[in-house]
Amino acid sequence: MTEQSPVDLDRAEKLQGLGCRRKRVEDARFTQGKGNYVDDMKLKGMLFGDFVRSPYAHARVKSIDAEAAKALPGVVAVLTADDLRPLNLHWMPTLAGDKQMVLADGKVLYQGQEVAFVIAENRYIAADAVDLVEVEYEALPVVTDPFKALADDAPVLREDIADQKEGAHGPRRHPNHIFTWEQGDKAATEAVLAGAEVVAEEMIYYHRTHPCPLETCGCVASMDKVNGKLTLWGTFQAPHAVRTVASLISGIAEHNIRVVSPDIGGGFGNKVGVYPGYICAVVASIVTGVPVKWVEDRMDNLMTTAFARDYWMQGKIAATKDGRITGLWCHVTADHGGFDACADPTKFPAGFFNICTGSYDIPTAWLAVDGVYTNKAPGGVAYRCSFRVTEASYFIERMVDILAIKLGMDPVELRLKNFIRKDQFPYQSALGWEYDSGDYHTAMEKALAAVDYAGLRREQAERLDAFKRGETRKLIGIGVSFFTEIVGAGPVKNCDILGLGMFDSCEIRIHPTGSAIARLGTISQGQGHATTFAQILASEIGIPADAITVEEGDTDTAPYGLGTYGSRSTPVAGAATAMAGRKIRAKAQMIAAYLLEVHDDDIEWDIDRFVVKGAPERFKTMTEIAFAAYNQAIPGLEPGLEAVSYYDPPNMTYPFGAYVCVMEIDVDTGETEIRRFYALDDCGTRINPMIIEGQVHGGLTEALAIAMGQEIAYDENGNVMTATLMDFFMPTAVETPTWETDHTVTPSPHHPIGAKGVGESPNVGGVSAFSNAVNDAFRPFGLTHAQMPHDHWRIWRTAQQLGLHG
Amino acid sequence: MDKLHVKLQVNGKPVEALVEPRLLLIHFLREELGLTGPHIGCETSHCGACTVDIGGRSVKSCTVFTAQANGAEITTIEGIEGADGGLHALQEMFREHHGLQCGFCTPGMITRAWRLLEENPDPSEAEIRQGMAGNLCRCTGYQNIVKAIRAAADARQAQQEAAE
Ligand code: FES
Ligand code: FES
Repeated sequence: MTEQSPVDLDRAEKLQGLGCRRKRVEDARFTQGKGNYVDDMKLKGMLFGDFVRSPYAHARVKSIDAEAAKALPGVVAVLTADDLRPLNLHWMPTLAGDKQMVLADGKVLYQGQEVAFVIAENRYIAADAVDLVEVEYEALPVVTDPFKALADDAPVLREDIADQKEGAHGPRRHPNHIFTWEQGDKAATEAVLAGAEVVAEEMIYYHRTHPCPLETCGCVASMDKVNGKLTLWGTFQAPHAVRTVASLISGIAEHNIRVVSPDIGGGFGNKVGVYPGYICAVVASIVTGVPVKWVEDRMDNLMTTAFARDYWMQGKIAATKDGRITGLWCHVTADHGGFDACADPTKFPAGFFNICTGSYDIPTAWLAVDGVYTNKAPGGVAYRCSFRVTEASYFIERMVDILAIKLGMDPVELRLKNFIRKDQFPYQSALGWEYDSGDYHTAMEKALAAVDYAGLRREQAERLDAFKRGETRKLIGIGVSFFTEIVGAGPVKNCDILGLGMFDSCEIRIHPTGSAIARLGTISQGQGHATTFAQILASEIGIPADAITVEEGDTDTAPYGLGTYGSRSTPVAGAATAMAGRKIRAKAQMIAAYLLEVHDDDIEWDIDRFVVKGAPERFKTMTEIAFAAYNQAIPGLEPGLEAVSYYDPPNMTYPFGAYVCVMEIDVDTGETEIRRFYALDDCGTRINPMIIEGQVHGGLTEALAIAMGQEIAYDENGNVMTATLMDFFMPTAVETPTWETDHTVTPSPHHPIGAKGVGESPNVGGVSAFSNAVNDAFRPFGLTHAQMPHDHWRIWRTAQQLGLHG
Repeated sequence: MDKLHVKLQVNGKPVEALVEPRLLLIHFLREELGLTGPHIGCETSHCGACTVDIGGRSVKSCTVFTAQANGAEITTIEGIEGADGGLHALQEMFREHHGLQCGFCTPGMITRAWRLLEENPDPSEAEIRQGMAGNLCRCTGYQNIVKAIRAAADARQAQQEAAE
């Protein structure tokens, strides 16, 4: 690299490109209350839709009487499955190759299921009308336990496919069984286990929870009968995919559908799927001829749209006496609820759970996942995680701690001993992935030094002694987690959703005066794309980020892309942005050479201009080049300066990190206090450190919630016990500690700018760190594993069971 | 249902309307007055996205009937601005310290923080956290919100000292 003069540095700084803490361009609008979220929309004549929902978790629907509702002034229509059947819209395909009822077709499979759709002049009348719809149910036996659902005498949930022996992902062995997905070498793994010096075994449950963005899901559908065009505004994390799906299931030609994602109030996976509300709003607009809005309330949201996790993970881990891991065995019973509506790439019915060998060089492994229907809501989305990576990471990070107990080793020592070494990358894992890059030892050691790990352990031991002497009732737990994520789905050769390859896109137009607009196939839900994608481009094309508008979310204007979830925006659309920028630069080089009257090869790129090699005083800036592109006839070149790139990533990216949590636990009350939380993330090249840190703070807070109490709980009758924010734990500013962030940088070798993505890492790594801390505190008293969530009551009960209450 | 006549001040402007007795203030503000800054995150007074200021107190407008606000002075995020009509110090500092991501909680947060700084112009970190506990954020983890509010308190103090 040549040294830069102060003048160069100044020019580079003005661009606000890669690596700078650029302030967000979104914020002036949001801080003034000028955001434009879907519920803010008000169109002429707009009606409001609301659902009649099932109070039962499993019941036959004997009859629906909507006469009284229809008679209420202000009610326009009431739709039931019978109204949707002629359009073939009473069922819809799910992202997982299953189908789902849009409105109850003869029976209901979970509490809160959509039974009828009321359309009225406003939300108050709609709510009144919902109460007036009389539905006669015949209650059926309920199964909320996936193991019981597979019993011989279990009630059959999905009568529509009861006899189908073959599902979307292979053979089904029981009417409530969805699929078995197997990876790795079973015989070899079992042989390793049989001959192992040490084997640790545990059933690890990652409970059902919910992404619960602050804005619920909703849409406005508007069918213009005159020109035949349907516009659908909504909280969509994947607007282009929604357009294609809408076209396929409605029969409306795709060019006649425009899908727009306006500002989105957080997604975290909740807004990836297609919900009955969207279909009903569209049908309602077609039927009534006016726009129809549907926005769910919080209870609808928690009860029906997109739960996450609910994985029962049986694990066995084999090692030598001195702590070399030799094999990993895992069987998952996955509770999918009433329909399989997981949002995973088609060929991965359990997502990327086969990343469950984690950061360790484990030579032999086997994994099988059985998907099961129960009387719970459908979903199984990646709640701030990439397709079941959080579950996988939790599994291995608990298994390693449990193995450490069995070996009598320190959990960090065990990790250091088994990490994939820097020189092993690209690394082929036993369950089929090629890790792109990593330097785990450096990251772990940096973290240990930062928190003074040895000192912490000493303090913990002293506290334990004091506890045993009866001088304190508080224990210290130290939770360490080291995660490897797999994000940026993904290569079209093995990643698609409903047949749509998981590439992404960016289109750039340079304006004559040297500013630009870039449009992408993704959609921000708070990640700050308008800020960071402009930074990528500024560094690529030498136009200041402030002079670049970034637009997303309107399928009529943006290039096709698969959207924003699974930390794929930076790895995929970010790469497309860099590549499109490079196309712009390639043409700019030809223009500059022409203007400077030299050969293309005689000039080189320098921050924001092309310079004649060896004659730095002769140059053309990007602004000059842009103008020339529009006002000069350049032989052999088309006018204009535009480019589009559709980027098909060659591999996933593998961000990683080392997290340490220090927790105080009161054994008498079960109360916990996070005394310190240190998070080191390596997400490759860092585009905007301010935004990265913000993502880490937010993700850790979500992880804290999940680990320490946030759950969607059901009673045995299938009633949702946690359907309001009263019962569903969301930490406030008081429960949330101050987070310490740190980083190392190991660029991805295959990404154009080396970036890996970060949005989900803190959730993936955080949950294990909290849970490991709780378990670690009780390790001296013989605890091997306590299930999450670690709310006060459960911690108290653990202490009670260990005899700590005297 | 007989409608009720209400008269109130919203962001300094007089407002008169006939409303259904059951009409919630948040719906009146958003749907009748077009003030869509305050948002709806739960309708059960847990999240604070709907926070507005009524007569000098932070109130969750999803659990107030419009009729109950009869005669009141209401400030929403739309009524909070800097002396020059530009961004208020809080708005400026939320931007400066990355105190928002999706922006959905932000109007409620800033409206609450605005009152908090009136109640306590020099709050400690713990006081800020306690004072903001009625407002949930799913994105930021609060850390930068706390920072932004503290920075706005400093900016306010500096302004006042300069004015003295
Ligand atoms: S909407 Fe009012 S507190 Fe949540
Ligand atoms: S910024 Fe998204 S909820 Fe606070």
